[in-house]
Amino acid sequence: MKKSRTQLPKSPTGIQGLDEITGGGLPKGRPTLICGGAGCGKTLVAMEFLVRGAREFNEPGVFMAFEETAKDLTENVASLGFDLKDLIARKKIVLDFVYIERSEIEITGEYDLEGLFIRLGQAIDSIGAKRVVLDTIESLFAGLPNPLILRAELRRLFRWLKDKGVTAIITGERGDETLTRQGLEEYVSDCVIMLDHRVSDQVTSRRLRVVKYRGSTHGTNEYPFLIDEDGVLVLPVTSLLLQNIASTERIPTGIQRLDTMLGGKGYYRGSSVLVSGTAGTGKTSIAAHFVEAACRRGERALYFAFEESPSQIMRNMRSIGIDLEPWVQKGLLKFQATRPTFTGLEMHLTMIHKAVNAFKPQVVIVDPLSSFVVGDNKTEVKSMLMRLVDFLKNSEITTLFTMLTSNRSTADIHDVAISSVIDTWMSLLDIEIGGERNRCLSLFKSRGMAHSNQIREFRLTDHGVELRDVYVGPEGVLTGSARQAQEARIQAQQMVKKHDVELRHAELEGKRKALEAQIVAMRAVFEAQEAEALRIIRQEQAQEMQLAQERTNMEVSRKADTATDTTTKKQKGGAK
Amino acid sequence: MKTKPTTQKSAPPEAKPTEAKADTMVLRLYVAGQTPKSITAFINLKKICEEHLAGRYKIEVIDLLINPQLAHGDQILAIPTLVRKLPEPVRKIIGDLSNTERVLIGLDLLPRE
Repeated sequence: MKKSRTQLPKSPTGIQGLDEITGGGLPKGRPTLICGGAGCGKTLVAMEFLVRGAREFNEPGVFMAFEETAKDLTENVASLGFDLKDLIARKKIVLDFVYIERSEIEITGEYDLEGLFIRLGQAIDSIGAKRVVLDTIESLFAGLPNPLILRAELRRLFRWLKDKGVTAIITGERGDETLTRQGLEEYVSDCVIMLDHRVSDQVTSRRLRVVKYRGSTHGTNEYPFLIDEDGVLVLPVTSLLLQNIASTERIPTGIQRLDTMLGGKGYYRGSSVLVSGTAGTGKTSIAAHFVEAACRRGERALYFAFEESPSQIMRNMRSIGIDLEPWVQKGLLKFQATRPTFTGLEMHLTMIHKAVNAFKPQVVIVDPLSSFVVGDNKTEVKSMLMRLVDFLKNSEITTLFTMLTSNRSTADIHDVAISSVIDTWMSLLDIEIGGERNRCLSLFKSRGMAHSNQIREFRLTDHGVELRDVYVGPEGVLTGSARQAQEARIQAQQMVKKHDVELRHAELEGKRKALEAQIVAMRAVFEAQEAEALRIIRQEQAQEMQLAQERTNMEVSRKADTATDTTTKKQKGGAK
Repeated sequence: MKTKPTTQKSAPPEAKPTEAKADTMVLRLYVAGQTPKSITAFINLKKICEEHLAGRYKIEVIDLLINPQLAHGDQILAIPTLVRKLPEPVRKIIGDLSNTERVLIGLDLLPRE
């Protein structure tokens, strides 16, 4: 995939995923063997190779069928949206059914397969075919005796196909110990692809593996693939590298308080969010908020529901004031509801891929992830999740997974060890105090942002999810009515205190008033006394003046001399 | 419909029309060019027919190199193939017809074991 200059030329199959695994397609101008058991999809893969070649790469093709008649084949692949009749009419494809019935054939000596060569050659030349499918050539061994001649002829056939320069697919039934029953891999050795269809836990999944590819690098793992109404889809998911570009854009969660908890802005775009919690803690409600917020912004959201039907989810969300239906009608929101047991994990993954590629959402909800965990498949769930997250991150899609945990402890979530692929993990807990259960939300982690370490009480109201501060005090964390009771108690205490203070204030005021009154009274008394004292003083002064006057008058009358001055002074003092 | 087969018809033509149409065996030998196997097959066929079906047979030789499109009709894969068109049911005999006994069995001229 990295250096294509030294690689041999390839012929793209047009099958989603297969070209990525093979680094561009099947070896051009060479035969490729596709082998696998009954019903594993060999014919369809081969047919899609031809049809896509004819439709998309302008490479006409010849399909030589040894097992199904042209009519059957046309009908069978019509269900995949391949209109063979039309392609045949437009000379893009030639369908040749080779009929061999052992009971009608008698062998009387040496023979060769020149007839087959001529037929094939004529078909190729008639439309200038670049691609050839021989499906399933091994049935020749059942129809014709003398395997020695057949082997020699097949070897010649493959060489002849190479000389013709056509890209060929030869299909073969899986053998007991060899890849194919007749050991075709000995002759077709450039590229061998094995298909498998296996059942585990009563669920089947199809897998594809490139066993060998001469002269080219290729993905070596087993890749799940899907056959549905659009043909074959292979997922080369485990080959992805960790190269997704991290966005710095933040998108709101749809719950204001939750945004605040997540550094004030919400999730990162393209991040993976996990909401885990016990039953009935409101995981879906958080998802619904997120979806609604996304749709409000005009983004597209894809909701994978694995437990509830779309109408049930919408009804339930309406009860908390989230109406999703308008968004569905507008085409911004799409539900895809399936039962987890419907197919295997791989198939679910493939279907999610397909739906995401078709709908191109910005937001994906997987509700819930835990329903995939059946028995002991936790490692598989993890690998599935990892691949899913890789894929979604590469597409810059923000994903919210919900996950049901069986008990209060988070230990069993850690078992699944999905934490490593999750960026923001919030946990919804049930806290049981005072005979009631209350929901609480806390953040386990949120990569790349400052986030709150506080537990919030999580309430479902008729206008959506509400987050409230919980009471944290000497009695521990209180929620629900316990919190309300505690709040009331505190309020009462505060009231009492307030009362006390007011009372004291009043008392003080009273005291001050009393004191002031006293002061006024005392001042009045004092003023009275002062006035009295002043009056007496004035009286005495008046008397003294009068006395002095009288004395002067007497001195005048007695014609006293200056000596009188001193006596006057003496008399004054004595009068006091 | 094709001209080639008629030109390659050998001994039988004069014998065929005189004989009753009902029990005439119509045989087609498919070959691809004048390969040793084809020639051997034709010689063997003629010999067998002369010995066992004198005057009651008709042979068409079809060369697929000349008329490749004819390979479809009788579902020809192997070369040489002898097809008994009539009487029904159609029988196919593959190979150079060197095993006379098997040819006779194939043409229902000998009972099958």
